[in-house]
Amino acid sequence: MSSHVSHRRGVHPLFHSSDAACVGPQPGGPANTSLRPLTCSACGTLHPPAPTAVCPECLGPLEPSYPPDRPLPSTTALSRRPASLWRYLEWLPFEEEPQLSRNTGFTPLIEAPILAAALGVRRAWIKNDALCFPSLSFKDRVVATAINAARQLGLDTVGCASTGNLANAVAAHAAREGLSAWIFVPHDLEGGKLVATAVFGAKMVRVRGTYDDVNRLCSQVADHFGWGIVNVNLRAYYAEGSKTMAWEIAEQLGWRFPDAVVAPMAGGSLVTRLAKGFREVKEAGFTGDPLPRLYGAQAAGCAPIVEALHRGDGRIRPTIPRTLAKSLAIGSPADGAQAVRALRESGGWAAAVDDLALVGGIQLLARTTGIFTETAGGVTVAAALALARQGHLKLTDEVVLCITGHGLKTVEAVRSGLEEAPLIAPRLQEVEALITTT
Amino acid sequence: MQVTFHLPKVLASLAGSAQVQARGATLQEAVEELTVRFPRLAGRLTGPTGEPHEYLLFYLNDEDIRFLEGFDTPLRDGDEITVVSAVAGG
Repeated sequence: MSSHVSHRRGVHPLFHSSDAACVGPQPGGPANTSLRPLTCSACGTLHPPAPTAVCPECLGPLEPSYPPDRPLPSTTALSRRPASLWRYLEWLPFEEEPQLSRNTGFTPLIEAPILAAALGVRRAWIKNDALCFPSLSFKDRVVATAINAARQLGLDTVGCASTGNLANAVAAHAAREGLSAWIFVPHDLEGGKLVATAVFGAKMVRVRGTYDDVNRLCSQVADHFGWGIVNVNLRAYYAEGSKTMAWEIAEQLGWRFPDAVVAPMAGGSLVTRLAKGFREVKEAGFTGDPLPRLYGAQAAGCAPIVEALHRGDGRIRPTIPRTLAKSLAIGSPADGAQAVRALRESGGWAAAVDDLALVGGIQLLARTTGIFTETAGGVTVAAALALARQGHLKLTDEVVLCITGHGLKTVEAVRSGLEEAPLIAPRLQEVEALITTT
Repeated sequence: MQVTFHLPKVLASLAGSAQVQARGATLQEAVEELTVRFPRLAGRLTGPTGEPHEYLLFYLNDEDIRFLEGFDTPLRDGDEITVVSAVAGG
């Protein structure tokens, strides 16, 4: 793979030493990095690699900058690469293949004919990031890119503000790479997500308040301590990991696009990165298919992006989350406005579903595909059902549902709705009695 | 009213400190007073029509000002105003 990329190391040639001084502190410095430089998506100013996600000129979001003339692989070359998100290296913010978190990504894409019938669509597929490694959610993708950025920027401590899945991912990736981790979560997170963070030895802190309170604190923590908070000051590198889901969907379908993709929305980043990923696949000339319509899913108790789309003004009005879907409980989504634009430009739409529907979504997915998802996945399935009933997903459509986390993380959500297992003595006649009464 | 602003690093260098005092009966007045004293902050706390900058979030004593009266929110002596980048999280 490395034959396609530069082997040069050192300060990026686009910058002189005086340029580097205009960006904030760079612990360890970017002196020996293969990280790509950053461009402000608002004002276009170019900046050297740094642990900052904000343009010092206009405060706009920074994005990795990719030279348009860089050598790109063919689909044949891609198919020979290892099955991980790093097979799309040329579209990730590294000039050389990173060394950490090597086995993340390339999760299964599974056809779901029974679910397709339930939805009333031609074909349905599950992009199963409940099997993303090492922590069983799509957040492994973003942490894989962020943790490599942290290492290359010389940071020895990483962290995050999290609704759960990201906490698991940062803790797991940091543990196996020998980095210290500080994880900040809302005080009322599900027990499974707390355990699946603490077990890795991370320093986990529960914060009184909502995710948005935690997020504000982490912005200050990143500034004050200089740590690599993956979704704050490493966000430019972090967010790029998400788009590999789009790349994988296209490749796993034989370099073609589905008609529609349904994805959950919390901060709104995933749908924006799906849009970017599909656009990149098309720009690379790997398919001539029309871009898929993108559909967003939120819980009704925290649906600021859906509401902004439905109102038509695209302006995010923050909300106090009240939903079982804690992994989607972001009341002030950082990428909310961009998500609305991505959905609208794709010709898609969005739906919000209540907690009862999301539990039904978890059960429907389990009983039609054998896949157990957490609450965000339940929201995605229930929203797909709602969108199909509203006529947005059509009988002729081939649809991919993005399932972003494993169900064992949120067993509380479904436990109460399940039939209690009968308790019997180890005798055959007791089984016969059960069969008679069932 | 005398209040304290806590600025993000990207703005702190323009004000010479991450913590700066300001005066005003409303948040709008305090922001204006701040930008008079620190002209390099002009246009970096507010948008073109004086509204909160689109890439910043303002909190008054831990409360997002969008849940209050925005820049029209009245201030009391000793209030703490935290400014953070909106490009975070998720």
